[in-house]
Amino acid sequence: MKLLIKDGTLVLPDGEKKCDLLAEDGKITKIGVNIPSGGCTVVNAEGKHVIPGLVDMHVHLREPGFEGKEDILSGSLAAVAGGVTSVCCMPNTNPVCDNAVVVSYIINRAKEVNLCKIYPIGAITRGEQGESLSDIGKMKAAGAVALSDDGTSVENSYVMRLAMEYANGFNLKCLCHCEDKKLVDGGVVNEGYNSTLTGLKGSLRAAEDIMIARDIALAESLNVPVHVCHVSTYSGVEIIRSAKARGVKVTAETCPHYFILTDDIITGYDTDTKVNPPVREEKDRLAVCNALKDGTLDCIVTDHAPHSVKDKQVEYNLAAFGISGIETSFALSYTYLVKSGVLTLCELSQKMSAIPARILGLGTGEIKEGLPADLAVVDLSASYVIDPEKFKSKGKNTPFKGYKVYGKVVYTIVDGDIKYKNEE
Amino acid sequence: MYSHKDLIGLQNLTAEEIEEILNTAVKMKELLLKKTGSDLLKGKTLVTLFYENSTRTRTSFELAGKVLGATEINISVAASSVSKGETLIDTGKTLNAMNVDFIVIRHSMAGAPALLAENVTASVLNGGDGMHEHPTQALLDMFTIRNRYGKLKGLKIAILGDLKHSRVAMSNLFGLQKAGAEVYMYAPATMIPAEMDKLGAHICKSREEAVEGADAVMGLRIQLERMNGGLIPSLSEYSKFYGVNDGILKLAKKDAVILHPGPVNRGVELTPQLIDGKDSLILEQVTNGVAVRMALLKLLSEYREKNNL
Repeated sequence: MKLLIKDGTLVLPDGEKKCDLLAEDGKITKIGVNIPSGGCTVVNAEGKHVIPGLVDMHVHLREPGFEGKEDILSGSLAAVAGGVTSVCCMPNTNPVCDNAVVVSYIINRAKEVNLCKIYPIGAITRGEQGESLSDIGKMKAAGAVALSDDGTSVENSYVMRLAMEYANGFNLKCLCHCEDKKLVDGGVVNEGYNSTLTGLKGSLRAAEDIMIARDIALAESLNVPVHVCHVSTYSGVEIIRSAKARGVKVTAETCPHYFILTDDIITGYDTDTKVNPPVREEKDRLAVCNALKDGTLDCIVTDHAPHSVKDKQVEYNLAAFGISGIETSFALSYTYLVKSGVLTLCELSQKMSAIPARILGLGTGEIKEGLPADLAVVDLSASYVIDPEKFKSKGKNTPFKGYKVYGKVVYTIVDGDIKYKNEE
Repeated sequence: MYSHKDLIGLQNLTAEEIEEILNTAVKMKELLLKKTGSDLLKGKTLVTLFYENSTRTRTSFELAGKVLGATEINISVAASSVSKGETLIDTGKTLNAMNVDFIVIRHSMAGAPALLAENVTASVLNGGDGMHEHPTQALLDMFTIRNRYGKLKGLKIAILGDLKHSRVAMSNLFGLQKAGAEVYMYAPATMIPAEMDKLGAHICKSREEAVEGADAVMGLRIQLERMNGGLIPSLSEYSKFYGVNDGILKLAKKDAVILHPGPVNRGVELTPQLIDGKDSLILEQVTNGVAVRMALLKLLSEYREKNNL
């Protein structure tokens, strides 16, 4: 099984290079010019860029339990349509992925579906209840790549301490959803001018920052690594920046909605703008952009949170939190970070592939001989308008409907197999 | 000329539209006091759809509709069924299928009237949505003050109370400013919403600053049922430091008027002497509320006729 990608511009760790790429038996075996095409499936990438397939380490696939919102098949179809070749899925399913059986179920379903790579994240605590540790070692043995109680923080600091210590013994990181729920007190949007204007209950930045600071304090005291999920505040960025300067082993992610949107979008009560943490203000958005630039924020994930129509076509307070984002992350990130001059294409690629893969030790995410041929071919000059009705995901919930973006995914390749081809 | 299908809030109305409503209310008040009734809304249907308890707003709308000859249906929805029962959109579509002309909605969640309005051809009137707006209350407050002074422009209005949970304060802030009045507000810091000053309010440092030289002083209900506890230590402490009493009122203009959207916690927001005193317009507010709501039904009905709704 040989795949030859011809005449594309490869996005390599150290820059762009126009040449061919050969994949054999799922691995990248040769990068060079004029590679002979005998016996190969050939992808003509002339005029296009070949990037490492995206590694999205924060995704909700909803299966088992919430298949009305998404399942492993629809989520995988959506992933490859977005150029994503590796997905780490969050454990807030039903049953919660807090044991080896559910971890194995997800891995087996992923094998049957056979589109992108799927890596389960196990719950930190049993049932995500924040009380007692899940069977962390058994989940690791079954294939879990990280731990998270995403959707909530482990409120009890002592339990969190135990989790971080114990998980580190299995070389697993805790991915921390940082939210002081008591301080949020039912808030649904950022607290500020727009929450007052709309009468929607606001949530302070401090509700996020307090937990970021706590989890960093624990990691620092215990000398273990920690990863902060979906950073949205300028002040949270500062906490992470100063921790990194002290040498704390902290990594952090953000999502396209935090570097593109501000809470000005909530004034029409569009429930597709409801996300947790909430989109904040311009100074936060700018701080997130700067933090991506200087490396304070290590990577870009989607927090892909698909919901069915009935979860969103209700009063703003009642609507589910979350944005369906896995199909739009590359184009949005390219358009709003690279075209606008915040990052180079190489830097963006690192943040969407190599770095998240490295954080979780997935052994992919770069175009390098010997690594898996997990790739996406993208047309950076092609623009399109985001139309959720065309999403492969069951979740059509996006605040980016109607946005004109650049960077169309043309092919997605996983282990040297073409898993997606844009037919338009 | 009032040119909206619905009345969601005062934020998106022009000064002219607000003036038109208030002018129409003058005539409606005459009609109301004449007690002759009218068949202006004969054959039209008004539904009150209340997801929260209310006495005066609901009664006031009912009476306004009845005086104008509308047929009325009252629907109360238990708060618990908001998340469990039929969705708001489905309820709206059901009412719409019954050819209802007006829906007055009160809901604990901001944005609910707007959501309903988008999904029905009936005209939706916001009877209060969460911490967002309560436009008919503000219009009747404005009408009452205007009635006393013959104008709103240039007046200083002091609003004291739970600003954070008060949709009345929000609507008054929007409406009064559009009419050219200045709004001064004071509350415990835990009861002031974020960046309210950016909406044009003068957020005061003291009761005295808020009330000094005011033409009208409005107390807002301390909504005990809304506070999950803890915003203020006790009602007696509130009354001592934030309530309006005779001594404080002396700082206002001579003959300054007292308003309150009701229901009043006697001795908390205002002393009983002020509530029942000669400068209190609290009961006149209630009468004017009917007139203002009649005016709105009339204007919306005219809009519907013009647009063949």
